[in-house]
Amino acid sequence: MKLGFLVDLNLCMGCKGCEVACKVENEVPLSSWRLRVKYIDIGTFPDTSRSFTPLRCNHCENSPCERICPVSALHYLDNGIVNIDSSRCIGCAGCMMACPYGAIYMDPESNTADKCTFCAHRVESGMMPACVVACPVEANIFGDVEDETSHISRYIMEHQGAVQVRKPEKHTNPKHFYVGGGNQTLNPLAHERIEGHGLFNNITHLDAIGDPHHSILDRFIAPIFGGHNEHLGDESFLDMPNNIDEDHKSHKEGGDH
Amino acid sequence: MDHGTVIEATKAVVTMDVALPGIIWGWMITLNMWAKSIGTGVILVGAFLLYRHKKEAMPNLRWMMPLISFIALNVFLLFTLLDLHQPLRMVNIFLHPHWTSAITVGAWMASIFTGLVTLMLAISALERFPDFGRHSRVAKTLREKSYLYEKLFPFVVFLALPVTMYTAVIMAEASARELWTAPAELVQMLFAAFMVGSASLLLIADKWSAEARRDLAMILAISVALSFTMYMGEYFFSFKAAEVEATLAYIHSGGSYNTQFWAAMVLGYIIPFFIAKGSLKVENRTMMKFAAVTTLIGLYLAKSTWLEIPQMIPLS
Repeated sequence: MKLGFLVDLNLCMGCKGCEVACKVENEVPLSSWRLRVKYIDIGTFPDTSRSFTPLRCNHCENSPCERICPVSALHYLDNGIVNIDSSRCIGCAGCMMACPYGAIYMDPESNTADKCTFCAHRVESGMMPACVVACPVEANIFGDVEDETSHISRYIMEHQGAVQVRKPEKHTNPKHFYVGGGNQTLNPLAHERIEGHGLFNNITHLDAIGDPHHSILDRFIAPIFGGHNEHLGDESFLDMPNNIDEDHKSHKEGGDH
Repeated sequence: MDHGTVIEATKAVVTMDVALPGIIWGWMITLNMWAKSIGTGVILVGAFLLYRHKKEAMPNLRWMMPLISFIALNVFLLFTLLDLHQPLRMVNIFLHPHWTSAITVGAWMASIFTGLVTLMLAISALERFPDFGRHSRVAKTLREKSYLYEKLFPFVVFLALPVTMYTAVIMAEASARELWTAPAELVQMLFAAFMVGSASLLLIADKWSAEARRDLAMILAISVALSFTMYMGEYFFSFKAAEVEATLAYIHSGGSYNTQFWAAMVLGYIIPFFIAKGSLKVENRTMMKFAAVTTLIGLYLAKSTWLEIPQMIPLS
């Protein structure tokens, strides 16, 4: 069994449902993304078009991240998924330097490398990855590429000549395919990425890798004595609406006096 | 339709995207590589000098060589550790080694190398300061076994070569950065070691024979000349790969690293070459020390530039 992924870019409408589903399913922290949908505008007015390109880990058969990881935190599962064991990761960022697709990030909460695992925990239970379930137009197709009868294999066969992978010249043998993509969408050097406030958001880069408030000293102390930002755990976000209500209520009460 | 309009019509621009990582390996890795070059370089250059000259021609080399190497290697190891986001898990490299990774192989070799250099330093320092630890059993044992220094030295010299070059393999394993190719980086790492190895020893060579200092000047001149040639080859002629060309745009005219790159070339390569070349004819110790200092600064700037520019281009 070799699990693979295919995105039909002709179907994708850029709703970002997959992005949100991935964030929720995997509790991906703010400023980090396992899956993102990039908008690229092509041409000049009035001859313009907008393309939407979902980008995630390619689960390469010859993955540079697995090769460079010094402690086997990145490893293959039997089904071909390139999985990550965050508890073993030393945070050297070698995988971030090696991945040609920029698919790995340093989790700002755990300060370890993390990435898309094709929702290995869901796959293990016989479920589809969260992004596949969320896609309203079934642009995401997931399955066993070694099984000729699987949906993904048949889709690849039906679209022969139009199936592409990103950066094939890197010889990573990605297991993530695209239908309907072009050089302008799949090759990051073929489109301009102008930093600054654009059409929708501020296109920028991260100022820090991992937790920006995690000083060098924290890196040694936190694993022994606990994190310095425990008050920013998930619980605090869950409590937030109540706190806001209470704050608002007390403020209002205060105002009445 | 003119040519410019055609280009405009095919123009593709990102209009919505997440924030991408900036510099992942920054100044700490630069310092790491720079210090490692010194730590291994003094051993390699020291071995060459000991092969060419009598020990008496370089009276302090026996203990200053492992001392400089020890300090530099500890700076290298310290910043390797500090750069990790989970430094306490460094032990996993030894408990769960993954041997396809050059990081693992390098960490093991560098640890063994540092251990051997530490032993050589202990032996030579105890010889240098005979009154130190006179009643200590450890010191006494080391003094009795001072012959180990000569026995260990060939292994240390042999190990210095892979230790100085393994970072090039890490860079080559970083498939995302096309600028770093194994053959070029391996040779550059070796030249870097000879550059800063000779530069560091020049700073302590006041009481050495003129011939030994002349050899140091010769090593410095040759290593900076060859390394500079390689940089110029990459600067002017690496235009076959699109990603490399996009990367090198950062050091070409108008690029954000242009000034830093040329400052590195002038300080680390051009100035030392002409001073060292001049010193082969008529020795000027003050100028040679100046060249040694500019070499050390220039190499740091060069390594910083070469480390950071491939991280500037978006990968996805």
